[in-house]
Amino acid sequence: MKNIKIDYLTRVEGKGGLDLTIEGGEVKDLKLRIYEEPRFFEALLVGRRFDEAVELTSRICGICYVAHQITSVRAIEKVLGVEVNERIRLLRRLIAIGGIISSHALHVYLLALPDFLKLPDAFSINPELLLKALKLKGVGDRIVEIIGGRAVHPVTIVVGGFTYAPPKGKLEPLKDELKEVKKTAAETVQLISTADFPTLKVDSEKIALSNSEEYAINEGRVKSNKGLDITEDEFRKFIKEEQVPHSTAKHSKVVGRSSYMVGPLSRLCLNFNQLSDDAKSLAEMVDFRQQSDNPFEANIARLLEIVSLADEAIELIDSYEEGEVRVPFKVRGGESAAITEAPRGMNYHWYRLDNNGIIRAADISPPTCQNAKRIEDDLRVYVPTIADMSEEEIAHRCSMLIRAYDPCISCSVHSLTVKVRKM
Amino acid sequence: MKLKIGVFKFTSCSGCQIELLRLNERLPELLNLVTVQNWAMASSNLQQGPYDIALVEGGISTPEAIEEVKMIRKNSKILVALGDCAVTGGIPSIRNWMKQREAESLVYPNPEYVPSTRIYAVDEYVKVDVYLKGCPPSLDNMLEVFKAAILDVRPRLRQHPVCIECKFYENECLLTTYKQPCMGPVTAAGCGAICPLVGRACEGCYGPMSNPNVKAMVEKLKEIGLSDDDIVRKFRKYAGMSEYYREVAKL
Repeated sequence: MKNIKIDYLTRVEGKGGLDLTIEGGEVKDLKLRIYEEPRFFEALLVGRRFDEAVELTSRICGICYVAHQITSVRAIEKVLGVEVNERIRLLRRLIAIGGIISSHALHVYLLALPDFLKLPDAFSINPELLLKALKLKGVGDRIVEIIGGRAVHPVTIVVGGFTYAPPKGKLEPLKDELKEVKKTAAETVQLISTADFPTLKVDSEKIALSNSEEYAINEGRVKSNKGLDITEDEFRKFIKEEQVPHSTAKHSKVVGRSSYMVGPLSRLCLNFNQLSDDAKSLAEMVDFRQQSDNPFEANIARLLEIVSLADEAIELIDSYEEGEVRVPFKVRGGESAAITEAPRGMNYHWYRLDNNGIIRAADISPPTCQNAKRIEDDLRVYVPTIADMSEEEIAHRCSMLIRAYDPCISCSVHSLTVKVRKM
Repeated sequence: MKLKIGVFKFTSCSGCQIELLRLNERLPELLNLVTVQNWAMASSNLQQGPYDIALVEGGISTPEAIEEVKMIRKNSKILVALGDCAVTGGIPSIRNWMKQREAESLVYPNPEYVPSTRIYAVDEYVKVDVYLKGCPPSLDNMLEVFKAAILDVRPRLRQHPVCIECKFYENECLLTTYKQPCMGPVTAAGCGAICPLVGRACEGCYGPMSNPNVKAMVEKLKEIGLSDDDIVRKFRKYAGMSEYYREVAKL
């Protein structure tokens, strides 16, 4: 019997752990313990003004604040019947791209890459590679900072648009930097795809936004590789949450089916053809399949997205023209939902406002909530294939698999520890 | 001698740690001056201290966290409350005005599994040497703390309001000229007046300055048409639990 216990999963955002008991090569008990202190966002939003939702829900997460801001602003605008203009829509897409590049860079280089290089942290990786990686992340941060007024918890996104239109001259210099971003990401794809890459085959339902016009980020229908095809307003009819005793993050399931995966692999599974040409040829070069059934390949998917989104950011900066970025609106009551693709996957927000614009109820399901059950299910498939290894190695590999989902635990609770008990 | 640092997270969003990582290409320079002894989000190599500087992000909201933060205090020379949640409880403290069981039942169907109490500032439980205000505190302010520790002097952190920074930029006053509910006059500086610079009133995310005139601020907000509820919401946001705001935030 092996008891494997990871008390504090490192190199992930937030506090979580894993308790694992293996008996006769089989998983006897497995719990992804999420013990992050809850912050009760859905409760503290009640009684706040409609225009505070962006600012408050940004603080759900210190990594994917842009995604929470855009999801909440879209949901509130739907309630109020606000239609933003195309300039606002594209600026929101560009700032979201900045957020995804920054978050993916943080994950791939600072959190995940040390596993592939067998190092304790990114501080010990080769200084030349580290510097390139940090520059790449800096470009994402600067896109957010220029449009948002601040890199972490930006301040310009408001109901009806933006408080200001960034000067085109400030965005222009980013184009050359984005070309460097592509180069670095392409080199890294080749580096990690040739490293000791763990194999695992799981048949999971993959859900992502999908949009015939563009690679879906801020708008789209909710689709899956198993036939789900619904609007964002129907989300709660088809996806149910349940609370489990060992986790302050609720678990999500597709009604009548099971756990599911959101994030870069799901997005590529559904929207691969909308990647940029360079991203597609890179995928071909490293033999990445659109229908990848190996969750470890999420890191390759993230890098392919960086390449494709850098291409798109260059185009968006090229076509950007300064002008009106705020539309007027009137306050009214009602309820509405919005979903966007956060770096880690679909992010769901729903609000009910009274006629004075005060929030009376809120329902938020960030991507890590949705992935929590899927991570446990993957581990159940993975652990028997590595059950002969030492307890230390099992703990290490389980951490790697959990990390591949880039869990954002603060989000999901609206930390990770791995405990393995091997019998 | 390199400074030994630890970075710890309690009830928070990790945004302060992410702001520190926004050093990006300058991170290697910082690593020439400090050794990371314990930073779970960034490294699997966790050592128990002692630390020259412990950066503590997040408010304290569970019995376990109280024990942990006391242990960190014991092992640290300088303890920094990193960001509003650590300084006053921050945005998560908005729930402190609700009964805990009500907050729990609005989010969880089975609140009995939820291990949580009201959220308090780090200095409710241990002595804090440096308060880094902000949501998040700006990178420059964090670097000031490192520099001061290396030079063994007090960090120079601004005690004046955001208004002073706004004047440096020669911004028009959003409060008096445009009648927008700008919290600048009572809010600690340090951000560089980033919101007024992009056409937005200050929301007060650095919490109160040293000895703010809260009464005059409330009068001014009333004068430009804010309701009593609006005013309570303004003060019960980033720093409602602070000694200066408690009364207006109606604790």
